[in-house]
Amino acid sequence: MIGDEFVWMAGGPQGSGVDSAANIFGRACCYGGLHVYGKREYHSNIKGLHSYFHIRVSPKVVGADVDRVDLLCTFDAESVVRHIWEVAPNGGIICDTEVLGTRILDIPTWPAPFIDEFRKTLDEKGISPSTIGDLLKEVKKNSVRTYAIPYMTLLKEVSDEIGEEKLSRLTRMINVLALGASFGLVGFDKTHVEKAIKMIFGEKPKIISMNILALSKAYDYAEKKFSDFGFKLESVPIDEKRIFLQGTQAVALGKLVGGCRLQTYYPITPAADESEYLEENEVLELEQSAVKSAGGSILIMQTEDEIAAINMASGAALTGTRAATATSGPGFSLMVEGLGWAGNNEVPVVVTYYQRGAPSTGLPTRHGQTDLRFALHASHGEFPRIILCSGDIEECFYDAARAFNYAERYQTPVIHLIDKALANSNRSYKMFDPSLVKIERGQLLTEADVTGKEYKRFQLTESGISLRLPLGTPGVVFWNTGDEHDELGHISEEPMVRTGMYEKRMRKLEIADKEIPVKERVNFFGDVDASVTIVSWGSPKGAVLEAMERLRQEGYKMNFLQVRMPHPLPKEYIAEVLGKAEKKVVVEGNYAAQLAGIIREQTGVAMDYFVLKWNGRPVSSDEVYEALKLIMLDKAPKRQVLTHGT
Amino acid sequence: MALKLTDYRTPVFVDWCPGCGDFGILSAVQMALVDLQLPPSKVAIFSGIGCHAKLPHFVNAYGIHTLHGRTLPFAIGAKLANPELEVIAVGGDGDGLGIGAGHFVNTGRRNVDMTYLIHDNGVYGLTKGQASPTLKLGLRTKSLPKPNINEGINPIALALAAGYTFIARSYAYDVRHLKETIKKAVQHHGMAVVIIQQPCPTYNDINTKEWYGGEDRIDPATGKPIPRLYKLEESGYDGVVRTPEEAFPKTVAALTKAQEWGDKIPVGVFYQNELVPTYQERISKRIPTYLENPPAKQAISDSLGKPITSIRKMLEELKVTG
Repeated sequence: MIGDEFVWMAGGPQGSGVDSAANIFGRACCYGGLHVYGKREYHSNIKGLHSYFHIRVSPKVVGADVDRVDLLCTFDAESVVRHIWEVAPNGGIICDTEVLGTRILDIPTWPAPFIDEFRKTLDEKGISPSTIGDLLKEVKKNSVRTYAIPYMTLLKEVSDEIGEEKLSRLTRMINVLALGASFGLVGFDKTHVEKAIKMIFGEKPKIISMNILALSKAYDYAEKKFSDFGFKLESVPIDEKRIFLQGTQAVALGKLVGGCRLQTYYPITPAADESEYLEENEVLELEQSAVKSAGGSILIMQTEDEIAAINMASGAALTGTRAATATSGPGFSLMVEGLGWAGNNEVPVVVTYYQRGAPSTGLPTRHGQTDLRFALHASHGEFPRIILCSGDIEECFYDAARAFNYAERYQTPVIHLIDKALANSNRSYKMFDPSLVKIERGQLLTEADVTGKEYKRFQLTESGISLRLPLGTPGVVFWNTGDEHDELGHISEEPMVRTGMYEKRMRKLEIADKEIPVKERVNFFGDVDASVTIVSWGSPKGAVLEAMERLRQEGYKMNFLQVRMPHPLPKEYIAEVLGKAEKKVVVEGNYAAQLAGIIREQTGVAMDYFVLKWNGRPVSSDEVYEALKLIMLDKAPKRQVLTHGT
Repeated sequence: MALKLTDYRTPVFVDWCPGCGDFGILSAVQMALVDLQLPPSKVAIFSGIGCHAKLPHFVNAYGIHTLHGRTLPFAIGAKLANPELEVIAVGGDGDGLGIGAGHFVNTGRRNVDMTYLIHDNGVYGLTKGQASPTLKLGLRTKSLPKPNINEGINPIALALAAGYTFIARSYAYDVRHLKETIKKAVQHHGMAVVIIQQPCPTYNDINTKEWYGGEDRIDPATGKPIPRLYKLEESGYDGVVRTPEEAFPKTVAALTKAQEWGDKIPVGVFYQNELVPTYQERISKRIPTYLENPPAKQAISDSLGKPITSIRKMLEELKVTG
C-alpha cells in the first residue's frame, strides 16, 4: 500500500481458478471506480504447476507492473513460498490453515534451481524454517501478517447449506474463498464482487449462487476475525465509461473495426486467444448507415500449420478482402517464405506477431521482446514491409486497425509486433473510440475504373504503387508469381525488367517513409529540453512512463521516445531528438538491444546506456525507476540487466 | 458470344520440354473451360512450384503462381474469401505430395468446393530428375545415382483417407478423357482431386508414353500393344455414392481399385460423394449471410472511410463503468 494504491496477487496451481479469481478481482475493483493493471504469469502446463496473477489497483491510471505485493492471496502451499519475499512490510498473506504444517521441502513441484535459490536466501537471512508456518513467522518480524483461512471448514459450511454431499465437488471454489477473504480483509464493497461473479459465470445461476455463498462465507470470516490489516480498499465515484480487457481482445476489436474479414491461425500461445475471441464474434453488427441486411462477418480459419495460415491469408487478401493472421515466434518462423511471396506480389497481408520467450520453443508462456530484428529481416531477399509496435493495450486496438491501411496503401505486408506482456495483461481504460479509426484502401479499384483498358497489376509507376484490383474483378485478369515478373505478372528473368520491378517495390517504402506522419510513428513524452532521452518500444512503455514520473517528482528531467514504427524508421526525427540528449538510454526486453542497433545503423547515433531484460518477465516500473535513477546519479554501468520476476 | 479456345490462351511462350505431358494437361484445362463456358475473370488458377507451376501463365484467367507445395492454402484462402470464383489449383507430385503433403491431407478434411489437379510424373523435373514421392521403390529413373530407396505413396488411397469427395485419375496424353475428367471435377459439389499420370520425357525413362501405352507387351493375337491404362467407366465400375449407406462400401471399393498399378492402371472416377456438406455450407450454418455477402464482397467503410463495423456489443461486454 503506497498511498491509495493496492497490489494484490493470487497464486495457485494451474487449473485451480487463478485466472477467474483475478478476473473477478479486477472487474470488482473496476466496478468500484478503480483503475486496474493485471499481469498474468503461467507455466506451459495444463494442470498443477504454479501460476499467478499480479494486480495493481489505484484511483489513478496504472499502466505497469510493480515489484511489491501488498496482499498475497494463496490457494496452495507453493504460492506462499514462491512469493513470500515479495510481500511488502505491513502487507499480508492469505493462506489455507491446512498448509501451515506443510514442510516446505515436501512440496513436490519445486524445480531444483528454485530450491537452491531459496536455500541461499534462507542462509543470507540466517533462518531455517521447516514448515510454511515457520516461514510465515519469520516474515512477521518484517510486519507481514498471516491470515490463515480454514478453506475446507468454510467449504463444508457451503456444502451443508446447499446440500451437496461431495465436498470434492466444491474444492474448485477455493479460489473464490481466497478472493472473499481478500476483500473481507480490505473491507471492499461486496456488491461489486457479486456483480463481477455474475458477469464471469454468465448464465449459470446455480454456479453463481454457490460462488456468491462461498464468497460471503470467506468475506465475513476474514472481516470478523482479522482487524489488523491496515488498509481499506475504497470505491471511488466516477462518471467515466471504462472497459477492462486484455491485449488480445484489443487487437481483435481493432481488426474488426478496421475491416478485417478473414483471419487464419494455427493454435499457439499467446496468440490463439485473439482468434478464438474473433471466432466467438464472427457474425458482425453493422452501423445503421450501412446496408445492414447484407450482413457482416469475419471468417476465422484454423489451419494445419502457420505456413498454410499466412498463405491462406494472402490468398484471401488477393480478392480484396482485408485478411490477417496471428501468431507468435515459432509460427512466424514458419511463415517467412510466405511473407516473402506476399512482399514480391505486393499483397497487403497483416501479421499480428505476439512475441514470447525465444529462441526455439523458448519460454512458451513467458514474455520476450527479442524478435524486432527477425520481423525486420524475415524471409530471403529484399522487399518492403512495415512494422508497427504497440506500447500498450489501447495502442494495440488502434494499431490493429491502421495496420490494414498501411498494408493496402503500400500494397505490402505489415507486421504488427506485440508481446506477451500486452497479450495477457488486463487493464482498465477509458472506453475506446472506434470513430477515431479511418479506413484508407489506397489504390484499390473496382471494375468501373478499368473497363476497356489493359490492366497491368504491376505497372511501373513513380510511387511504385500500382493500381490494385481484387482477384475476380470481371473483365480483367492478372497474374502473380513468386518469380521476378513483368508488369502483367508473368515470369521474367530479363535484367532490365528485374531492375525496374525491384526498384518499384523498394520505392514504396521510401514513399511510406515520406507520407506517414512522424506522429503516427513515434510517441514523445516529457520535457523537450531535458538532457536525458529514453528510447523504447513495446510493452515497457508503461513502466518507463511511471518511472519517469517518479523521477520528475524527485526533480529529474527527462523525455521518452517511444518508437511505434521501427520500419520505416522516422530516422531524421529520431536523430534530431537524440542529438539534443546528453544521456541516451534504451530500455528493451532483449539481450542485444535490437532497437538501439537499428537506430545506430540508420542514424549513426549510439546509445549511452542500455537497460535490458530477458528473463521471461516484463519490466516493472520499480526496476526501470531504479535503473534510471542510477543513470541520473552517474552511478550506472553502461549496461544494466534487470532480473525481477517470479 | 460463346467463348473459344483462343480466349483462354496467352501469348506467353510455353517453355516445357518437347513431348512433356504438361502440354496435354494445358490443352485439357483450356478445353474444359471452353466446354464449361467459364469467363476468364471468373476463373482463378493457382499453382505451386515446379514444371506444372507455369501452367497459369499460359491460361488467360487469373493465374496465381505460388510457393512450393503451398498452392492449396492460397487457393482455399481466395475461394473462401470469394466463393463465386471458380478455383482450380494445380500441383506437382513433389509439390503436392512431398513438401505440401500436410496441406493435401488437411484439404480433404474441409471439402471446399474447388478442384485440385496433380501432375504426377514421378520425378522432380526442374531440379533435374530426383525421385518424387510417387516413384515406386527400387526404380531408378535415368538421373538417379541409385535406385529409389523409398516406397511410392498412393495418392488415390491417400485422398480417400483424407476425405476428398471426388477422386479421379486421368492421363496427360488422353486429352479427351482428361478434359472430361476435369469438367466433372469442376462441376463436382465439393473438393475434387484429379491425379494426372504424366510422362516426363526428359527424366522419367521408366514410366514413359510407351510404357503407359504397353508397347513392351504386344498382344500375339492382334500384334498390337496392350495398354496399361484402362477406363473405369468402361469396366462397369461405379464410384458414385448416391445414398449415405453407399459411402462405406464405395470407399472400400475405391481403396481396392486404388491398389491396381503396373500391368493394369485404372483411370476415371474412383469415388464421388456429394452428400458430404461443403466447407461453404458448413460456414453458412454458422454465418447465415456468408454466401450472399462473403468476405470479398463486404463493404467495410462508408464513402468517407468511416468504418461500418459496430463493436458496440463487444465493448458493452467489456464495459465496467459508465
